[in-house]
Amino acid sequence: MKIELDFLAVLSQWPLLAIGVAWTVGLTVISSLIGVTLGVAFAWARASGPVWLRWVVGTYVELIRNTPFIVQLFFIFFGLPAMGVKLSPELASVIAMVINLSAYATEIIRAGVEATPRGQIEAAESLAFNRVQIYTRVVLPPAFKKVWPALVSQIIIVMLGSAVCGQISTQELSYAANLIQGRNFRAFEAFIIATFIYLALSIGVRKLLNWLGPKFLFGR
Amino acid sequence: MVEFSIWDIFRNLLLAGRWTVVLSLTAFIGGGMVGLLVLVGRLWSTRAAPGAQKVARIASAALDGYILLFQGTPLLMQLFLAYFGLALFGINVPAWVAAAVALTLYTSAYLAEIWRGCVDAIPKGQWEAAQSLAMSFGEQLRHIVLPQALRIAVPPTVGFLVQVIKGTALASVIGFIELTKAGTVIANATFKPFLVYSCVALMYFALCFPVSLYARRLERKLKNGR
Amino acid sequence: MDAKVASDKILVEINQLRKSFGSNEVLKGIDLDVKTGEVIAIIGKSGSGKSTLLRCINGLEVFQSGTLRVDGKHLLHNNPQVMRELRQHVGMIFQSFNLFPHLTVGKNIMLAPTLVKKTASAEVEAHARTLLQRVGLAEKFDAWPDQLSGGQQQRVAIARALAMQPSVLLCDEITSALDPELVGEVLQVVESLASDGMTLLMVTHEMNFARKVCDRVVFMHQGRVHETGAPDQVFSNPQTPELKQFLGMNQ
Repeated sequence: MKIELDFLAVLSQWPLLAIGVAWTVGLTVISSLIGVTLGVAFAWARASGPVWLRWVVGTYVELIRNTPFIVQLFFIFFGLPAMGVKLSPELASVIAMVINLSAYATEIIRAGVEATPRGQIEAAESLAFNRVQIYTRVVLPPAFKKVWPALVSQIIIVMLGSAVCGQISTQELSYAANLIQGRNFRAFEAFIIATFIYLALSIGVRKLLNWLGPKFLFGR
Repeated sequence: MVEFSIWDIFRNLLLAGRWTVVLSLTAFIGGGMVGLLVLVGRLWSTRAAPGAQKVARIASAALDGYILLFQGTPLLMQLFLAYFGLALFGINVPAWVAAAVALTLYTSAYLAEIWRGCVDAIPKGQWEAAQSLAMSFGEQLRHIVLPQALRIAVPPTVGFLVQVIKGTALASVIGFIELTKAGTVIANATFKPFLVYSCVALMYFALCFPVSLYARRLERKLKNGR
Repeated sequence: MDAKVASDKILVEINQLRKSFGSNEVLKGIDLDVKTGEVIAIIGKSGSGKSTLLRCINGLEVFQSGTLRVDGKHLLHNNPQVMRELRQHVGMIFQSFNLFPHLTVGKNIMLAPTLVKKTASAEVEAHARTLLQRVGLAEKFDAWPDQLSGGQQQRVAIARALAMQPSVLLCDEITSALDPELVGEVLQVVESLASDGMTLLMVTHEMNFARKVCDRVVFMHQGRVHETGAPDQVFSNPQTPELKQFLGMNQ
């Protein structure tokens, strides 16, 4: 039985794919920046905040980590409008990705922060650093260096997870693939090409972040 | 308009939730078996076969590629490919078959990688002592390395079950009627998306959270030594 | 030293052995012949290649050129059958003991003979108990490795290696990881093995022991056999400046 594959039918639609890639990368960049920033804040809250705050953040983290991303997305996009909060697909996607990433980032960064040797903090205190300075200049850089691989992996997981956002019509890569196969019925080819683009993206983003981290965040 | 009670919604979600559990267990156990084969294959090609052998190098590259493929691409795409790919061969697969196949292979890649980390944690001296006693690679693996690696592997393996359960939610996209799909259908039927998706989330939480806690307990037990 | 007959048969024959790790040549052409029943001490500074040489003999390290024959047979690294055969004749004791933590002492000793030599279990167990008796730990048959002291673990490791009835034992700094008061019990066992006629190659820092028990001392320096001879000669009358310096450091 001959299987006829027509990759050209899909590749000729490269503008759509390019838009999809742009959206995927864009969504990832924005949610990573906000998500990691929130993660830094929440990690501090969990590590050294008042007990009630630790409990609130802890509950939030456990809720997000023990429910699927697609359900979180549907809740935000379909559920919130019933409460009067109507969001565009793109905004809902970003919010869902941010909420999701920051929960994981909180735990990852917290692990790095809690591994800070006591002596570092004591040295900083005796140099009259205030608490914010201690956290941002003494604790965070080595913590980031230590957990960078785990954080990068999580960002990539969120990037790959963004494929689901196509289900609410966000025009990212999986949406583009779906659109193409809806037009020319080349479902297998469309999804295979999209899959390999995702693979290239995950390898590329990992390399980029592994270069970026040492250069800008924690030196050497 | 028909009025649906919370209990109606809940009951229907629960019924669909059975399939979430079935799919999760199928993928986890099946993935475990395939993952074990992948693991042994990788170990053989990197540790046992004399370095220059071509077969070993090809096998090693192929297995590394397998892992890279499943870890570097979205699970959603893997599900689509299973669904549409199998259809290419003329076999019209029901959604649950495609979902089971995709999730099983996905799980096998992740478990093989987790387990490889556990095997790498076994000190080199154990391998060398076994080799010095004239044991073959298979004997080294079966009697010395794997029993020790198994102990370390239990917490992260249990932890990964949570990922599998969450992964089953994506099967809804290819039409498999599990918890998420039921939620979508019921949300549309009742016009109560906020309530329905909250229930769906809580049900996943009820499934995953105990497993997460158990995995963490196992991890602590391991750290504090027998 | 007890009277024993060292036969003239050459058990281990090493010829121009060269071994590199990447671009770093660690063994620069080793020539060494070991006769049956000989007890040889290999001494030298860290990095002189002593352990590497030992590990080449049982195939844990692969050498690039030269020949190495044990009992007349060449080492063929790519042939698992040949290596399996070799390792039944060559036993090794490690600095860090490497006992199997998930098996009892008895099972540690019995595992290899059961699997490799396929001996019947009753016979294997009897033999294991005998060996354990010989190293002075008969009552520890059902103990777990982590319940034993370092010296006891190393003695179990010796019994485990002996269970395969090797013709030559390689000892890689077997007392270096032990607290000083535990060293003696291990050396006692080794001495009894030597007087029973076992062929031994020992990388060691225990100079007094080497002097007392060994037939020959090999001093290695920067990947070569620098000086060799009977213990009295080598220790009392070192010829080369490097050996003089080494011994000066160790007295």
